[in-house]
Amino acid sequence: MISSLIGVVFDGLAYGMLLFLISVGLSITLGLMNFVNLAHGAFGMLGGYVCAVATTHWNVPFLAALPLAFAAAALTGVLLERVLFRRLYRGSPLDQVLLTIGLTFMAIAVATYLFGSQQQALHLPRYLSGQFSVYRVDLNIYRVFLLAVGLVLTVALTLVVDRTRFGAAVRAAVDNPRVAEALGIRVALVFQIAFAAGCGLAGLGGALGVEVLGLDPVFPLKYLVYFLLVVAVGGTGTLKGPLYAALLLGVADVAGKYYVPQAGAFIIYAVMLILLIIRPQGLVSRS
Amino acid sequence: MSIRVFSAPLLAAAWLAAGAAGAEEPIRVGMILEMSGPFADIGRQILNGANAYIRAHGDKVAGRQIELIVKDTTGASPDVAKRLAQELITNDNVDFLAGFGLTPNALAVASLATEARKPMIVMNAATSVITTRSPYIVRVSMTLPQVTAPLATWAIKNGIKSVYTLVSDYGPGIDAETTFKKSFTAGGGKIVGEVRVPLRNPEFAPFLQRIKDARPQAVFIFLPGSSEQPVAFMKGFAERELNKAGIRLIATGDVTEDGVLEAMGDTPMGVVTTHHYSVAHEGSQNRAFLKAYAEIAGPGTRPNFMAVGGWDGMAAIYEVARRLNGEISADKAMDVLKGLRIDSPRGPLFIDPETRDPIQTVYVRRVQKVNGKPYNVEFEQIPDVKDPGK
Repeated sequence: MISSLIGVVFDGLAYGMLLFLISVGLSITLGLMNFVNLAHGAFGMLGGYVCAVATTHWNVPFLAALPLAFAAAALTGVLLERVLFRRLYRGSPLDQVLLTIGLTFMAIAVATYLFGSQQQALHLPRYLSGQFSVYRVDLNIYRVFLLAVGLVLTVALTLVVDRTRFGAAVRAAVDNPRVAEALGIRVALVFQIAFAAGCGLAGLGGALGVEVLGLDPVFPLKYLVYFLLVVAVGGTGTLKGPLYAALLLGVADVAGKYYVPQAGAFIIYAVMLILLIIRPQGLVSRS
Repeated sequence: MSIRVFSAPLLAAAWLAAGAAGAEEPIRVGMILEMSGPFADIGRQILNGANAYIRAHGDKVAGRQIELIVKDTTGASPDVAKRLAQELITNDNVDFLAGFGLTPNALAVASLATEARKPMIVMNAATSVITTRSPYIVRVSMTLPQVTAPLATWAIKNGIKSVYTLVSDYGPGIDAETTFKKSFTAGGGKIVGEVRVPLRNPEFAPFLQRIKDARPQAVFIFLPGSSEQPVAFMKGFAERELNKAGIRLIATGDVTEDGVLEAMGDTPMGVVTTHHYSVAHEGSQNRAFLKAYAEIAGPGTRPNFMAVGGWDGMAAIYEVARRLNGEISADKAMDVLKGLRIDSPRGPLFIDPETRDPIQTVYVRRVQKVNGKPYNVEFEQIPDVKDPGK
């Protein structure tokens, strides 16, 4: 009984961390920069394909393919930021939605053209698959790995955003670009770097998620609800918010499916509803 | 340089000749398929299968050209499918409606097939009820109960007495669950637990843990093929080491469908499934099919049972055209289709004249490696299986 409870909490935390990892990029572009980036999943998908192709066709080790996924998505992000996104930072949210959802559809078409519509194979290295037991609770190695990566990322990103000059520059540039510019912050460059980081993280999250979520060209739309859920429930402007939200949603979802499987599909949305009613501004919000 | 060399009478004569040769109009086949969106793989498989048939047999039959007009439903969208069927009937004046990867799309078009009196060839959609919705519907694929019931019988025969069932929570999933339960309990087996999982379900961990705790001898699953669901389930099944806990995995062939098998890695090894087609099937028809398919889709792309549905649907249309000497009329076509025998890549296929559903051999297969690649290798067969859902 107790061991199954611990198992459920562990699975829930791991699932929550996965939700966080695939959404963390969006908590930067949407959460921090206020840009409604519905193309987030497209960058995630790009990372996923880079990882899948690198590991299966080029024999790159999985752990080395992760930074590749990050880099590919970040570079594409820089490129698109210069050409497209930059024009819409001050545009209306509707314009941003239209542009990014359009890009998402284009990404789906391109992925279908290049890779076909079937599921992609990804084979984890042996040291990341399987499970081990601690006090009769089975822990899956890849999930432990996801938890670790998630924690490291959160600490690192929080430090960057809260403690570094660059983090302060991003926050200043978002809050008031004209004053920030007047103070000598190169707003355009700051935005470009932040946006690239958001896209890169999306790519990294996509690569990490393939093992659990699968990968085909509709990836960006299939999981869009989850990305938005995490950022909306977590609150914009912070990184801790989405993390807490993802973990909470993950545990609730897994526990719900384990103890009341009949209602399994609805629990994550019920929790979202309750949380948004209690804290419409998000779990953690920057005043 | 002038093209006015044709005299007026000559032109008139040419025009008359063209009018008289009405039989040289192509036979038009309106393909209503899921070509984009989450189920695009289904549409592609079916269309490739149909094109492979045309490639292998020539694009002319009984003196008439065969023309495929492809329309995209963009997914499971009954209203779109219905509108496309209307266009095909009124604007394109098609002779056949064909395709239909998904049940909702097939059901939406059924009434139109009856009204417009167009033979409607279902190349995939597998819910039992479809053919009862119009006397003009013929199905060349399979029904889900048809491939599920033999699995229950096989399990009983092989000493499996307790089973946990897990299916996707939608029409076909419930079809599979009901059929399996019925046949399995009738044979003396016991269902120790059942769960229906949401169609969009990225996380199987809690369900797998429940199954592991229940300790059944086997778990029966149905999850939609050509999606990430079977892959995710298989990975979870292996990760949680359910096989080491003595739990076997049995499923309908959708789960280890040929197109997705390679993406599953080593996890599905040894899984036993029942289905009507495997690329590893021995036979000259299958070899011809695989060869033509590779020419259409490129080498290295594996067809699956849906592509075979596309192939056999075209085989049926060709046969109708031959027997009617190229003069297609709906009711005569239906007479040919009822009781039609096709030498299919899967083996012999017979269209039941009463239900217009296929009667065919169902194979018991095990996933294993052949020349280093995973295949569904057939090791038992149950001939002449009818749809038990009717």
